[in-house]
Amino acid sequence: MSTEHACETCPMHTEMAQLGAAVGGFDRVVALAGNPNTGKSTLFNALTGLRQHTGNWPGKTVTRAEGGFQFGGVRYKLVDLPGTYSLLSASDDEEVARNFLLFGRPDCTVVVVDASALERNLYLVLQVLEITDRVVVAVNLMDEAKRRGIDVDTRSLARDLGVPAVPIVARTSENVMVLLGEVAAVSAGETVTRPLRPKGTPEFERAVSRLVPLIETAAPGVPNARWIAIRLLDGDASVEEALASGRLAELVARQQAPDARFSRKIALQGAQ
Amino acid sequence: MSASIAVTPADIVREAAALRQSLEAGFREEVVTSLYGEVERITRRAVHDSGSRPLELDQRIDHIVTSRWLGLPLMLVILAVIFWITIVGANVPSQMLAAAFFWFEDLAAGWFTQLGVPWWLTGFLWHGVYRGLAWVISVMLPPMAIFFPLFTILEDLGYLPRVAFNLDYLFKRAGAHGKQALSMAMGFGCNAAGIIATRVIDSPRERLVAILTNNFVPCNGRFPTLIMLATVFVAAAFPPAVASLVAAGSVVGIVLVGVLFTLVVSWALSRTILRGEASAFTLELPPYRRPGFARILYTSLIDRTLFVLWRAILTAAPAGAVIWLLANITPGGVSLATRTADFLDPLGWAIGLDGVILLAYIIAIPANEIVVPTMLMVYMSQGMMTELDSLDGLRVLLVDRHGWTMLTAVNLMLFSLLHNPCATTIITIYKETLSAKWTTIGALMPLVIAFAVTFLTAATARAFFGF
Repeated sequence: MSTEHACETCPMHTEMAQLGAAVGGFDRVVALAGNPNTGKSTLFNALTGLRQHTGNWPGKTVTRAEGGFQFGGVRYKLVDLPGTYSLLSASDDEEVARNFLLFGRPDCTVVVVDASALERNLYLVLQVLEITDRVVVAVNLMDEAKRRGIDVDTRSLARDLGVPAVPIVARTSENVMVLLGEVAAVSAGETVTRPLRPKGTPEFERAVSRLVPLIETAAPGVPNARWIAIRLLDGDASVEEALASGRLAELVARQQAPDARFSRKIALQGAQ
Repeated sequence: MSASIAVTPADIVREAAALRQSLEAGFREEVVTSLYGEVERITRRAVHDSGSRPLELDQRIDHIVTSRWLGLPLMLVILAVIFWITIVGANVPSQMLAAAFFWFEDLAAGWFTQLGVPWWLTGFLWHGVYRGLAWVISVMLPPMAIFFPLFTILEDLGYLPRVAFNLDYLFKRAGAHGKQALSMAMGFGCNAAGIIATRVIDSPRERLVAILTNNFVPCNGRFPTLIMLATVFVAAAFPPAVASLVAAGSVVGIVLVGVLFTLVVSWALSRTILRGEASAFTLELPPYRRPGFARILYTSLIDRTLFVLWRAILTAAPAGAVIWLLANITPGGVSLATRTADFLDPLGWAIGLDGVILLAYIIAIPANEIVVPTMLMVYMSQGMMTELDSLDGLRVLLVDRHGWTMLTAVNLMLFSLLHNPCATTIITIYKETLSAKWTTIGALMPLVIAFAVTFLTAATARAFFGF
């Protein structure tokens, strides 16, 4: 391809390198979340140089895939989570995504949203913001949206959400370097985000603040006690069960270890 | 309650329940309502919609592709066209590859003999291992190299979710989850992958139904077998002008039989051991996207064609060796292959096949891809077919010497469609269900169904059509 030549001389190129399925030696972990069919796998492939299969259908990535890239001298591990509409229900793919965000504690989570269907995609964004404040929103498929006569003002979006928002076209890698710049700043803690978290009623917030210290005492090291408190008030049986059986601590430990259901082969071939 | 003394998880759950009671009923609805309001406000501020043209062409295409009357027939036509292109395109390269490989086999075996290599080593290596590989590559490579890119184009375009949309209604009627149409479509690629794909189904009951029935759609490994049988045996009974159409039509027919069995067995499971109702779900129809040319070639040729071929080669080489040994160990003057085939013959006859075919299926359990090559090698090893360099010659010899009929070909296609999943798929079922019971059912149920169906077709054909 002739375009490769131009890229090699571009100063950006020297900053970024695809590391494929290299394992170990990473400085930071970045998670990729998003609704199904928003182009997460395309972005994953563009960044890592892997060729995870990116079929144009919902539910393509059913397990998480991992790869690596280097940017600005820092080595990042990229984890592609299954596409989900929410983090609440108990289906396998939503649980994989939710557990990783909760217990894998990525240094930054990139939520990929479809520019043409922003409203529907934002529910997941807000749910991710409830769990972690280190978030960058990638507004993907900007080209497709433009063809439909839709334009997304990412500055307004960033202001409202309290986290960076970057318009990209993952298929052509357009603006991906800008996205990486934001990822680098957020994961390094240079960009301090102020994530939007819709407050409940005063009584609700009081109930949450009573539970949080209890959870932190009972399960030391559990990240995001607030999220767990909200789930408990909601009567989420899976969280209650996880807390009662001591599985919370186990989950924390397990997320640090490589997922047994993930293999390099699946990352390389997709699920065929 | 104070946080300073030891707190047990049970205390927290109890405290949470108490706090929940103290909150106004419907507090959560309020939170959700405020969330919706928030999302709407953010969207209104960020999105500039200049008269929002929904992709008109997309909608017009979807109107046809997912229409109530045209959707399913159109799907069948698309499928038929793909098989037709595959069959017509693969014919000549397959013949050329076979000719070249077998020419080299004779040549190399000749060299070995001249060099004074013992006959059994020459036989083992060239007429065993090498011949196994040669058959697998010449029978499988050309159809795969044509079929997979076409299939990948459909997938990348976004057609498969439309297929799921069209079939959703049928799955719901069968008591299964509509998304099973997706995992089934994935099963056309690889049943093991289809079974992994059932993770998108939330309900454990419906997921098990999807796992247990995934095997009924023919995977990449079985398509070449079906295509070859359709080309060489079924189509040969028709005039050459329509032969390729008949071949494509019969593969489509077999796929339909597979879908039918998926639905019927799902229905039966949902009313017996996996009783329950179908749950509702939303399926998003993604916009049509122009497939990337380079990616299609990469996915279909490297990920699929070479992956399947490599797996076939890995199993074909030892299978070739086993067959050669079976054919050349001759206690009492009769080879082990012949003895086993004779032993299996009555059972084979009952289901319209023969002992050799059953023996081939047993040897090919590790990978379904190699059934036909294995079968041919067993026939050849019996010394009845020593030279074989064209697919036409193959048909003539099988029909003339081994009494193959249309019934044999049809039942072989049915058996290949319905019989037990390959070893990889069985292992995947175990990994996904973590249950020996469901794995056993997943492996044996198709086998029982395959025997039952082929027995019935054989009995019917013999009783009414004089086979």
